[in-house]
Amino acid sequence: MSVTVGVVVFPGTNCELDVSWAIEELGGRAELLWHGERSVRGVDAVVVPGGFAHGDYLRTGAIARFSPVMDAVADHAAAGGPVVGICNGFQVLTEAGLLPGALQKNTGLTFVCDTVELEVVSTRSVLTGLASPGARLRIPINHFEGNYVCDPDTRRALHDDDRIVVRYVDNPNGSLDDIAGISNEAGNVVGLMPHPERASHALLGSTDGVVLLESLLASAAERAAA
Amino acid sequence: MRYEVRIDVTHLPGVLDPQGATVERALPALGYDNVSGVSIAKTIRLALDAPSESVARDQVDEMCRRLLANPVIERYTVEVVEVQPA
Repeated sequence: MSVTVGVVVFPGTNCELDVSWAIEELGGRAELLWHGERSVRGVDAVVVPGGFAHGDYLRTGAIARFSPVMDAVADHAAAGGPVVGICNGFQVLTEAGLLPGALQKNTGLTFVCDTVELEVVSTRSVLTGLASPGARLRIPINHFEGNYVCDPDTRRALHDDDRIVVRYVDNPNGSLDDIAGISNEAGNVVGLMPHPERASHALLGSTDGVVLLESLLASAAERAAA
Repeated sequence: MRYEVRIDVTHLPGVLDPQGATVERALPALGYDNVSGVSIAKTIRLALDAPSESVARDQVDEMCRRLLANPVIERYTVEVVEVQPA
């Protein structure tokens, strides 16, 4: 039985089809969840994909957080279900309070579109369960607000509780401690700026995102079996 | 009562303001070499019907905390002025 991953679509989301394609390519089933829905329809995992949800008005992710589907995503997360926010999805999860901190404009005020090298730090998250600690992954980034910040207590907690999921080898945006992705305490909610779905096939130039998406599918399968 | 409200949202001290920093670097290029402390803020204006100014202020404060500002990186100031309803 293949697992079903719900992919949330806000007005302005633009990576939902890429994520769905990558999930199905890897043997999962993807189902689009419109932001006005009040349920995640019992999916095994949720991805909040990249884009410009609600035009990024006010702040990135600020309006998206109030979409009806986000309550259902929060319930799914509270019940231990895997939730991954990619790029704009990471920004939405911080605004929604599912992950701590915030993403501010890149140092140098430039939109960065590049393939960067990441280092896997924690492997206890739903996105890195099958990866090796210290593994180097080449994955594209594509953002203006990817510069992670948080208060000193949160920073300490992220380090002490092994919640830094991936780190930039060569920091492209000024992000605190080179953070590219973090998880919640339980490890079932992950946000990251890089796009694993854009590194999921040889034709795309890198398959380094596959291990991340396969980790997510494995976590989802575990949950489906539980 | 009707109130006109002005909310200024600025970066918390210590949080990087790349737009302000960039403008601060650009101004000396035009000969203004005595400029420092540039920061770029957001101004939000709205009208509010409320029974009193303190109720209006409390409500705006709540709006700021819940939506208009992100307390992780921003702070805000609020000005409330009573006006005659149109």
